[in-house]
Amino acid sequence: MTMEAYEIVKKARSSGRYTGIDFIKGIFNHFFELHGDRRFADDSAVIGGLAYLEEQPVTVIAIEKGHNARERMQRLFGAPNPEGYRKALRLMKQAEKFKRPVICFVDTSGAYCGIGAEERGQGQAIAENLCEMMTLNTPVITVLIGEGGSGGALALSVADRVYMLENAVYSVISPEGCASILWKDSAKAPEAAECLKLTAKDALSLGIIEDMISEDNIDQPEFFSELKDQLVHELGVLKGDPQLLDKRYERFRRIGRTE
Amino acid sequence: MPFLNFLYKPKNELEKGGRAVAPVQEDQGEPEKTCPNCHMAIPVSRIWANANTCTCGYHFRMSARQRISFITDKNSFSEMFTDVVSSDPLGFEGYAEKLETVRAASNENEAVICGTALIGGRKCCLFVMEPNFMMGSMGSAVGERITRTFEYAAEHRLPVVGYTVSGGARMQEGLVSLMQMAKTSGAVKRHSDAGLFYLTVLTDPTTGGVTASFAMEGDIILAEPGATVGFAGARVIEQTTRKTLPKGFQKAEFLVEHGFVDAIAPRRYQKSLVAMLLKMHCGGEA
Repeated sequence: MTMEAYEIVKKARSSGRYTGIDFIKGIFNHFFELHGDRRFADDSAVIGGLAYLEEQPVTVIAIEKGHNARERMQRLFGAPNPEGYRKALRLMKQAEKFKRPVICFVDTSGAYCGIGAEERGQGQAIAENLCEMMTLNTPVITVLIGEGGSGGALALSVADRVYMLENAVYSVISPEGCASILWKDSAKAPEAAECLKLTAKDALSLGIIEDMISEDNIDQPEFFSELKDQLVHELGVLKGDPQLLDKRYERFRRIGRTE
Repeated sequence: MPFLNFLYKPKNELEKGGRAVAPVQEDQGEPEKTCPNCHMAIPVSRIWANANTCTCGYHFRMSARQRISFITDKNSFSEMFTDVVSSDPLGFEGYAEKLETVRAASNENEAVICGTALIGGRKCCLFVMEPNFMMGSMGSAVGERITRTFEYAAEHRLPVVGYTVSGGARMQEGLVSLMQMAKTSGAVKRHSDAGLFYLTVLTDPTTGGVTASFAMEGDIILAEPGATVGFAGARVIEQTTRKTLPKGFQKAEFLVEHGFVDAIAPRRYQKSLVAMLLKMHCGGEA
């Protein structure tokens, strides 16, 4: 068995990768950050705000891991607390009201795991996002740029289009977690990564995502401009669609359907 | 007059000062279960007679079939979607064999049982998760059955009562099981937008992807006493944060305290409570 999948997991986690902020800077103009969930706090792991995508105003939400050790500590390593998901939902509701499309960038190992997160209803916050995003009456596009860890990533991925970078991963559980549950040995993570089918290629063949974004020219400015063109084009398609919500429902409804 | 005692004729064995009443012997052959709360060994027949609770109030786990016979009106349950079963979408190592063993051991073919039933004379859709089937984990078939239950309920304008018990998403089905969270949530939302009632009863344990989807989306959320309900596992939290967890962390009472559950529903009056709530939401007079 080749260990290709685990190599991609390592790449997805590597600190040299572009984070949410880089994508916002690379693609949008006049980004203005909005803070707080209006209920409890402002979660530093989730960045959200307004920006222009070429000519049109959009709402952008990104899970931010941070670039260096200090930033990562401050951003909780990109693991959102419930208030992060509630902030995201608040901004999405606002986008719906003002008929702005929503674009999410997801990069998280999972929702934050802690006493406070449980006390403030991590599960409920994610559940609410899943429910509300399903009927959010405005186009939503999600791009998985690094790690897509379980429910914590899905809470921003109930979208009309989901794209993954070539070296991003999307999984129900971390390979280490899976290995330690199944084989009581987290050192078997490479095997687990292979079994979990968590790469962009696998997700594409399972019909979970719409497109895989090549990282061949990731160092060049064309990378962001190409992604921008793709977003603009897809939003154009989605914006005029009267059956947007039915299609979004069907997008998820067909996964695991048996006849 | 003690000296005339010899004239007195004892009427029965007891007045003779004779033998004590023989204690009723428990059936020696009957298996016993030790209650983890009060540490008493109780014969299983007595636990069953008491809706799977101990005299101290501890709630033992219940299989889905037990629960259905406990909560529904007699012979009113009719099961649906039994043909929806998990396949092995990823070809995950050892999963197909695991499914076979679990099916044989639990006598069920999936981790949730769905259908329609009467509760207190009110018709509703019911889904009950099965702890003995891979800890009620949600794979594609569980997601599909629950989604269909909500779609059926929305179509026939019925309320849904759901009993959750789950370790979360089933990792052997990878992303496919993760997507079931979104799929079921979508179905719940449509059912809700149609103005219909959804009641969840959280039972021990409800965690992970099920907590983060349909378990927490009920209009009214009840929980059984002492049930563990949370998103991340307690042990994982302890390991990552290196803090000792507060007493009663992630228990049903903790969730009530923090505002995520409406009320605790002990089995003693659970059925009448569920029946009353159904009646209140479905046009019943008091």
